[in-house]
Amino acid sequence: MIEFDSLEKGQVIGSHTVQVNRADLVRYAGASGDFNPIHWNERFAKEVELPSVIAHGMFTMGSVIDLVSQWVGNPGAIIDYQTRFTKPVVVEDPEGSNPSEHEGTTISVEGKVGALDAEARTARIDLAVSADGAKVLLKCQAVVQL
Amino acid sequence: MGINPDLVGRIYPAGESYQVGREKIREFAAATKAANPAHYDVQAARKLGYSDVVAPPTFAIIIAQRADAQLISDPASGIDFSRVVHADQRFTHHRPIVAGDELLAELYVDQVREMGAGAMITTRAEITTAAGEKIATTVSSLLVRAED
Repeated sequence: MIEFDSLEKGQVIGSHTVQVNRADLVRYAGASGDFNPIHWNERFAKEVELPSVIAHGMFTMGSVIDLVSQWVGNPGAIIDYQTRFTKPVVVEDPEGSNPSEHEGTTISVEGKVGALDAEARTARIDLAVSADGAKVLLKCQAVVQL
Repeated sequence: MGINPDLVGRIYPAGESYQVGREKIREFAAATKAANPAHYDVQAARKLGYSDVVAPPTFAIIIAQRADAQLISDPASGIDFSRVVHADQRFTHHRPIVAGDELLAELYVDQVREMGAGAMITTRAEITTAAGEKIATTVSSLLVRAED
């Protein structure tokens, strides 16, 4: 259990990396019902002027929040979660690689206590999320009820 | 074709209810690489006080995007799905979604604004149980890129 009174603004709650390859995107498409071909068909993605297949923004948003769920223990304590998608996460399919086993693109996430509300006993966790050295999510914030 | 600005204020009533299944929660949790046991293990979820496995914080996107599909497939909207890019997303949970819930989503078009040659459209899904209990509010902004 995380004690509200033990938290300080600016405190790092942890960091994590998520690997994403083409097979992960197919799996996410199936699980979520989002079959937009820009997330699984390279020819189509390029025809709509994307650099290649890109991850669902919701894959990125959905995968980085586990850091907070694990930290707080109870995923139901996350009462608010928002982000802005700033840059697509490009997922390449290098020649000769196995699309299911290739390490894919690395998404890095670090969480910090961004704000504390003593009255509501909530903590806002700010997530810094990057891939290929660029921020891919902006204002990625989860509010946790403690 | 541009987005129809008259969409603002439009409400799409809830369609068929969405039955939240235990396996769907597990499948979605695995697809988002979530490790928290409360998404998979009924006993772990019960220890936290839930009746069944708990949905990950972004699970409601399934229901929200089904509601959005009504708008996107509405010929009056002028939205080309292949040119849609997700710009912003927010989930406000009034209580966590658990397996066994039967949910309805009413969709509100809150904003349409021109962005260069494209447009940004903001929708809000109000997710409730069939009995009317408020479960979640999701807000999505979609950027519809202009044809070159």
